[in-house]
Amino acid sequence: MWIYEKKLQYPIRIYQCDIRMAKYLLTQYGGPDGELSAAMRYLNQRYAIPTNEAKGLLTDIGTEELAHVEMICTMIYQLTKDATPQQMEEAGLGSNYAIRNNALFPSDANGVPWTAAYFQAQGDPVTDLHEDMAAEQKARAVYEHLINLTDDPGMKDALQYLREREIVHFQRFGEALRIVQEYQESKKIF
Amino acid sequence: MSERIALLKQIQAVEFAALELNLYLDTHRDDQRAIMEYNQYASQLSMLKQQFEMQYGPLLNFGFSPGHYSWNWLDSPWPWEEEF
Repeated sequence: MWIYEKKLQYPIRIYQCDIRMAKYLLTQYGGPDGELSAAMRYLNQRYAIPTNEAKGLLTDIGTEELAHVEMICTMIYQLTKDATPQQMEEAGLGSNYAIRNNALFPSDANGVPWTAAYFQAQGDPVTDLHEDMAAEQKARAVYEHLINLTDDPGMKDALQYLREREIVHFQRFGEALRIVQEYQESKKIF
Repeated sequence: MSERIALLKQIQAVEFAALELNLYLDTHRDDQRAIMEYNQYASQLSMLKQQFEMQYGPLLNFGFSPGHYSWNWLDSPWPWEEEF
């Protein structure tokens, strides 16, 4: 069960109308290492993970990632809501406008639609937790690239917040991995 | 900054502290001090949310917040429309 909280996790304030950034931000919505992929990956992996620590962590980080999806969508929405067709075209979003006006759609920055293949689930707890740690590092790197692409202080602030969340999640998944490995070793009977 | 935004930011800050401790506790379940801190933030958070909801309407759906006439869950701004 989930309930919705009618607020953002972190305040977003965009100062400049840098529509170009909306195209790049899309990758953190519907790209392979974006927030939607992360949320779905963790919430789906819960069912096959053996320890309560990892079940709790995948549930809680998966839920936090949903809040990050909302932050990214809020940034894209605020950047594009008043954009004219011409401004969309100049920002490289002409094809987005042609298909769906100013609607949001989960794709990467090149318009490749989000796919369930981004989930990643091997059913091996060590493999899956390594996958999650790698995913957090990849998302951190993408946030650093995005920060380099904008001068807007408000945008930078929100992206820096999201970047730091990736670092904390990486740390926690590493701890969960250690607990899983201890659990697997303790199970061995010689 | 409006009083509403100031209170909302305070809720975001306290909830963030609780969330961080929650994730930490998921891999450190025996840390009694962290559990105490978590509970302190949790009670602070529930007071702040109650204060916010009394003045500005529900934060949660599905029976977790009281609603008022005319169904004020629907009131703007929605999170993506918020101007901080």
